[in-house]
Amino acid sequence: MTSAPATTASDAIPKVRLDLLPILLPVAIAAVAYPLVGNLTTWLTLTIAALAMGMMIFVIASGLTLVFGLMDVLNFGHGAFIAIGAYLAMTVLIPLSGWTQADSLALNLLALLLAVVVAAIGTGLLGWAFERVIVKPVYGQHLKQILVTMGGLIVAEQLIHVIWGGDQKPMTLPTALRGAFTIGDFALEKFRLLAVAVGLAVFAGMMIVLNRTRLGLLIRAGVENSEMVEALGYRIRRLFVGVFMAGSALAGLGGVLWALYRETLTASIGGDVMVLVFIVIIVGGLGSVGGCFLGAILVAMTANYVAFLAPKVALASNILLMVAVLMWRPQGLYPVAKR
Amino acid sequence: MAEALLTLEGVHTHIGEYHILQGVDLVVPRGGITVLLGRNGAGKTTTLRTIMGLWKPSRGTVTFDGRAIGGTDTPTIAQGGIAYVPETMAVFADLTVEENMILAARQGPPDPARLDWIFGFFPAMKKFWQYPAGVLSGGQKQMLAISRAIIEKRTLILIDEPTKGLAPAIIESMIGAFAELKRDTTILLVEQNFRFAASLGDQVAVMDDGRVVHRGTMAGLSGDETLQTRLLGLSLDAHQ
Amino acid sequence: MLGAILSGDFPRSRVLTVVLLAIFVGLAITPFAIPGAAAINTAAKICYFIVLVVSYDLLLGYTGIVSFAHAMFFGIGGYGVGLSLYALGPTWPVILLGLAIGLVVAIVLALLIGLLSLRVKAIFFAMITLAVASAFAILATQFNEFTGGEDGRSFRVPEMLRPGYRLFDGEVFGTAITGRLLTYYLVFVSAVLLFLVALRIVNSPFGRVLQAIRENPMRAEALGYRVVYYRTMANCLAAAMAVCAGAMSALWLRYTGPDTTLSFAIMLDILLMVVIGGMGTMYGAVVGATLFIVAQNYLQRLMGIAAAATEGIPILPKLLHPDRWLLFLGVLFVLSVYFFPTGIIGKLRGSNKA
Repeated sequence: MTSAPATTASDAIPKVRLDLLPILLPVAIAAVAYPLVGNLTTWLTLTIAALAMGMMIFVIASGLTLVFGLMDVLNFGHGAFIAIGAYLAMTVLIPLSGWTQADSLALNLLALLLAVVVAAIGTGLLGWAFERVIVKPVYGQHLKQILVTMGGLIVAEQLIHVIWGGDQKPMTLPTALRGAFTIGDFALEKFRLLAVAVGLAVFAGMMIVLNRTRLGLLIRAGVENSEMVEALGYRIRRLFVGVFMAGSALAGLGGVLWALYRETLTASIGGDVMVLVFIVIIVGGLGSVGGCFLGAILVAMTANYVAFLAPKVALASNILLMVAVLMWRPQGLYPVAKR
Repeated sequence: MAEALLTLEGVHTHIGEYHILQGVDLVVPRGGITVLLGRNGAGKTTTLRTIMGLWKPSRGTVTFDGRAIGGTDTPTIAQGGIAYVPETMAVFADLTVEENMILAARQGPPDPARLDWIFGFFPAMKKFWQYPAGVLSGGQKQMLAISRAIIEKRTLILIDEPTKGLAPAIIESMIGAFAELKRDTTILLVEQNFRFAASLGDQVAVMDDGRVVHRGTMAGLSGDETLQTRLLGLSLDAHQ
Repeated sequence: MLGAILSGDFPRSRVLTVVLLAIFVGLAITPFAIPGAAAINTAAKICYFIVLVVSYDLLLGYTGIVSFAHAMFFGIGGYGVGLSLYALGPTWPVILLGLAIGLVVAIVLALLIGLLSLRVKAIFFAMITLAVASAFAILATQFNEFTGGEDGRSFRVPEMLRPGYRLFDGEVFGTAITGRLLTYYLVFVSAVLLFLVALRIVNSPFGRVLQAIRENPMRAEALGYRVVYYRTMANCLAAAMAVCAGAMSALWLRYTGPDTTLSFAIMLDILLMVVIGGMGTMYGAVVGATLFIVAQNYLQRLMGIAAAATEGIPILPKLLHPDRWLLFLGVLFVLSVYFFPTGIIGKLRGSNKA
């Protein structure tokens, strides 16, 4: 609230501080990992795998972090949408096996696209129901919110068992996406390439919406100060429900990718990713999409390099990463300005 | 006195277990500036927030432009023609000045003529049009917050302590802006700076302990030092 | 006298008093009253889960913070005692050593988690405990040459606690006084003592500050209480008690493994027990734990029968499958949080808010 003297304040052009330091972190980690891994091909493979994994985690985490930013709602049931998205896709892909097994990239991608669309629409609608039934009654009550969304997760996981059965299901990749392009002795797995492409597309799309559209401006303003957005005459609740649905749909999309990546599917598939997702949004700064993107890459890199160097401590290394980041910046890499 | 634009009758507001407003009666006539004075904690900010629907009154009626808005939600109240400049200014730091203004203009892109009118009061807004609001100085943020409130024509503007923490030179420029503004719009102004208030206000209401304890014209209060001392005590001097 | 033992915190409801007395007497006489291993196993499990759930309620109900790391602390106790007995041989000092190791590890971890997350935002705590607990569970299964991995470790307990041991020849009320029986009463008495300690804690000035923080952290801070300090202390106390529960389970099961102590499934069970019993009342934790475990053992059997009976009807048998009992508990859980956050206890005590 304090201000510089009027004359200088209105004359001086303020400095726009570009905070690039966190962006150097993945580069630093990759550089440190290289001599430890010791082999260029392996290092490249690990790095690409990390990017693919990071993009999938980002797709899942982006909606969650925005939902939190906008309404202070942390949805512990987010993992349910990951699993349900994957199961919906599986349900679509099974009757389309003719297309997925065909030796045609176009047919393969078409089948996959259909599956993804069904998964995203299905989880988006479920997100709407989840918001109404589970989240809405406990706005502003953090403790109940955590408990109730966790309860929603339990119920959703059990319903998956009821509907699709409890066994582990295979999730086969379409023919054209199996295998890898080889460049010399370096193999570039096709599916990883697809995952990176999808992740980048989602990131770019979100950035355009958030920076170039009125809706995006409203979301960003709402993350900062939802009360003022209301005082300007906008209904934040409607905005929030929309973001919640979009976030759920993205989790569904991410779930499809994740299940294809692991090539198997269980009802608890969401739970395993969610731990990483939480680490990512804490590292990135709750509510920040850019931070979430960077955090996802960081977490995936750490996970992949460490999994190669010392497989037993992969997840623990991510905890250490989180601790280190929080000691450096207690609100995450890119903290969101909050009122 | 002109017709009443905003009327509060016996308004009580609770925040959690605290009983902040204890029967506020307030009339804001159409046109001009009504100043709400009173020491810290008297309930001035809570009054503005209650009008805006950010706190719900537990008892009493709020009437704006002939309609009861006591239990209405904030967006509806805003759409009805009330703009709010909170004490914290609440500019969106991550958004540019332009983006802040785009959001404030609900009807569509900001009207260029209106913008020029605003740039006339606050040249800094034009200068920093493309800068994130977070990098502005305190005074500039205040200007942005006020600009947001007047980018489209509103019936009533609620402004909470616009001079707080500002340098005297900026306060002077703000007096000019407000004098121009009040020809166009009704303003309810919460203020601690008596000199600023006295130079602008038409009507005045003084609050204490969650009630309005005095209502009258600004001229009447400015001319009566005994009344000033009785109502406002020494707290005024501390803020001059 | 009774007031002193219960720290002046009485059940305050006739029905509740009867229920609690029934649980207490039931647990006290199970080995003599109901023959067979199933009953005594259930009773022992109830005993150590009461301690576990009571300690969790200290956090969730009394301090108002959600931790997902309680099963981890339970596991630290189980592994501490279990691995010590496995590595150093079945003697009493080793049990104490294992317990001490568990306590130290748990308190240090609880302190670190608290300092890292309780300082910034309470909501961080839930996420960070979840992440740390997952990492810990994975570490415990990964280092299998040390922990036994997924299979866990079976170990021997001191002579006196083994099934073959007889305190004396002959029987009491037709039951031989075996090492198993002695172990049961060790677990039972520990549970009673730890419960009374917890009751003492929540009714102490410290406990009242915790509740003040739960109601309004800002005001507690304004009154001069360091919120972070109190929350961290509560976290450490709860962790320490969970370690004791873990040690009890290890002694009773003569086994420790990820599925009995560390897993997220256990964490969910604890959550369900606290919420269904009633948050913020120690007695609620007792009722919740007892009901849950009894239901787990008997309701599932009932569901199996119902599923078989509804064979042929489309969806019903699948819904009633014994494995789906978590579905109904989950729904019950969500409804409890909405409609009766004080759980069964709240209902029994009527409108008197706990």
